[in-house]
Amino acid sequence: MTDPKPLIEIKGLRDGLLATMSDASWDESRAALMEQIAARGSFFQGARLALDVGGMVFHVNELSELRDMLSERGVNLWAVVSESPTTEKTSQLLGLATRISKPRPQEMTRPLAEDAGEGKAMWIGRTLRSGTRVEFAGNVIVVGDVNPGAEVVAEGNVIVWGRVRGLVHAGAGGDASAFVCGLDLSAAQIRVGGAAAVPSERSGEARPVKYFLEDGIIQSELWQSN
Amino acid sequence: MGAQVITIASGKGGVGKTTAVANLAVALAADGARVACIDGDIGLRNLDVVMGLENRIVYDVVDVIEGRCRLRQAMIRDKRLPELYLIPAAQTRDKSAVTPSDMIRLCNELRAEVDWVIIDSPAGIERGFKNSIAAADRVIILTNPEVSAVRDADRVIGILEAEEKGTPTLIINRLNPVMVKQHDMLSADDVLDLLAIKLIGIVPEDEGVIVGSNRGNPVALDPKSRAGQAFRNIAKRLKGETVPFMDLEAGTSLWSRLMGRK
Ligand SMILES: Nc1ncnc2c1ncn2[C@@H]1O[C@H](COP(=O)(O)OP(=O)(O)O)[C@@H](O)[C@H]1O
Ligand SMILES: [Mg+2]
Repeated sequence: MTDPKPLIEIKGLRDGLLATMSDASWDESRAALMEQIAARGSFFQGARLALDVGGMVFHVNELSELRDMLSERGVNLWAVVSESPTTEKTSQLLGLATRISKPRPQEMTRPLAEDAGEGKAMWIGRTLRSGTRVEFAGNVIVVGDVNPGAEVVAEGNVIVWGRVRGLVHAGAGGDASAFVCGLDLSAAQIRVGGAAAVPSERSGEARPVKYFLEDGIIQSELWQSN
Repeated sequence: MGAQVITIASGKGGVGKTTAVANLAVALAADGARVACIDGDIGLRNLDVVMGLENRIVYDVVDVIEGRCRLRQAMIRDKRLPELYLIPAAQTRDKSAVTPSDMIRLCNELRAEVDWVIIDSPAGIERGFKNSIAAADRVIILTNPEVSAVRDADRVIGILEAEEKGTPTLIINRLNPVMVKQHDMLSADDVLDLLAIKLIGIVPEDEGVIVGSNRGNPVALDPKSRAGQAFRNIAKRLKGETVPFMDLEAGTSLWSRLMGRK
C-alpha cells in the first residue's frame, strides 16, 4: 500500500472489532473493508464488528445491505457509531447498538458482568412499527407505542411510556431481576428472562403495569413510583 | 411550478391501490388538472384495464427508461379526459428492469408536463415498491379495515419513516358500516388508533367499484356513486381543500367522532 492514510482502521476491542472509517467516500471505504475481510478471513470469521462511520449519513437500505454483505462473510455487525443523528436513528431501527464503550485501557480489563450497568440505556423517542426489532445489551426506554409485529429485546429492563401490542423481552441475557413496565400491556407478548406471560385482557381503563420474575414465574403489579 | 408526485402503497396486495390510482387520477383530471399516472407494477400491469385503455398501449415505462421511445410517446391519452395520461407498466419484463434513479429521472421529466403524477405501486416491500416510492413527494397508504392489511400498512409506514420519506397519509378502503356496527370489521377508529397517521379519506365497500373496474370506467366518473364521491373528496383534499368526511352511516357516534377529527 502506498497510501499513507488507510481508508479504514481496524482495532480489537474487548468484545469484538472496531472499524473506523476515514473521510473517503463510502464506496471506497466499503470496498476497503471487504478487501480486508477477504484478505484476513480467519481473523474476521465469526467476529462481532462495530463500525465508526464519523459524520456519514446512512439510510436503512444502505445499512441493511452492508449488514447482509457482512453476514455473508461471517461477520456480525452489531453496532454503528456515528455523529449523524440520521445514521443513529437508522442503526436503532435496524436494532444495532449506537454506542460502544471506547477502548480505553482501564476499561479493557473490566469484567464483562459490569457491562450492562444501570447507566446504559437505549432511548427510543417514537413508536416502533411492525417489522422493527430493537435489541440492546442494557435497558431500553420507549416513549411511544410498540405496535404488533415490533420487538424489543433487552438484556436489562424495558420501559414503555405507551401501549404495547408487540413483543417485549427483558432480561434476555438471563438477568432474573429484570422487569417490563408499560402504560398499557394488555395486548402485549411479554417475556422476562426465560419466562413468558400472557397478560389478562383489558377491562376498562388501561393501567400501567410492571411484570417481573419471582421464583422463576412472571408476576405483575401496578406500576407506581416505588 | 412542477407536478406533485404521489405514490399509493399498501404492503398487502388486493386492497385497492390500482382502483384508487385510477379514481384519483380521473377525479383530478375531471376538475381540470393535468394528470399522469404510472403503473409501477412491472410484470403485473392492470392500471390500463381499470382505466379502460388497454387496447391503446404501444410503448410502456420500460421503453421510456431504456430509450426506445420518448416520454410523450408512452403517455396514453385518456379517451374521456383530454389532460389525463397513463404510462403503462411493461407486462413482459420484471421489476429489475427499473431502478429507483430511473423513476426519479422519469418523474422529473414529467413534472414539467403535468400538475399531478400518481404512481401505483406493487404489493410488498421489495424492489418494485422501492422504485415506486423513489420519486414520491408524498406517499398515501391505502389499507382495508382488516387486521393483516393494517399490520402490513404499519410496516410500510415504518419503512417510509426510516427512509425519511416523511409521514404518509391514509386512505381506508372497503369500509362496510354495517359490519363495523356488528363488530365484524375494524372501525376507522381502530385503524387510526394503531397507525396514528393523518386520514385523508374513507371509501365504502361498493359493488359498483368492481363493475366500473371491469368495464374500464372508474366510479369517480359516476356522479351518483358513493365510492366515487369518496374518491372525488380525496382528490379535493389532495389539492388542499377542506372537505368534511362523508356520512357513510348517519347518526352513529363513530361517524360523529370521525367528523370531528382533523
Ligand atoms: N371500495 C371498494 N368496494 C368494492 N370493491 C373494491 C373496492 N376497492 C377495490 N375493490 C376491488 O378489490 C379488488 C382489488 O383491487 P385493486 O385495486 O386491484 O387492488 P391492488 O391494486 O391493491 O392489488 C378489485 O377487484 C377491485 O375492484
Ligand atoms: Mg394493483
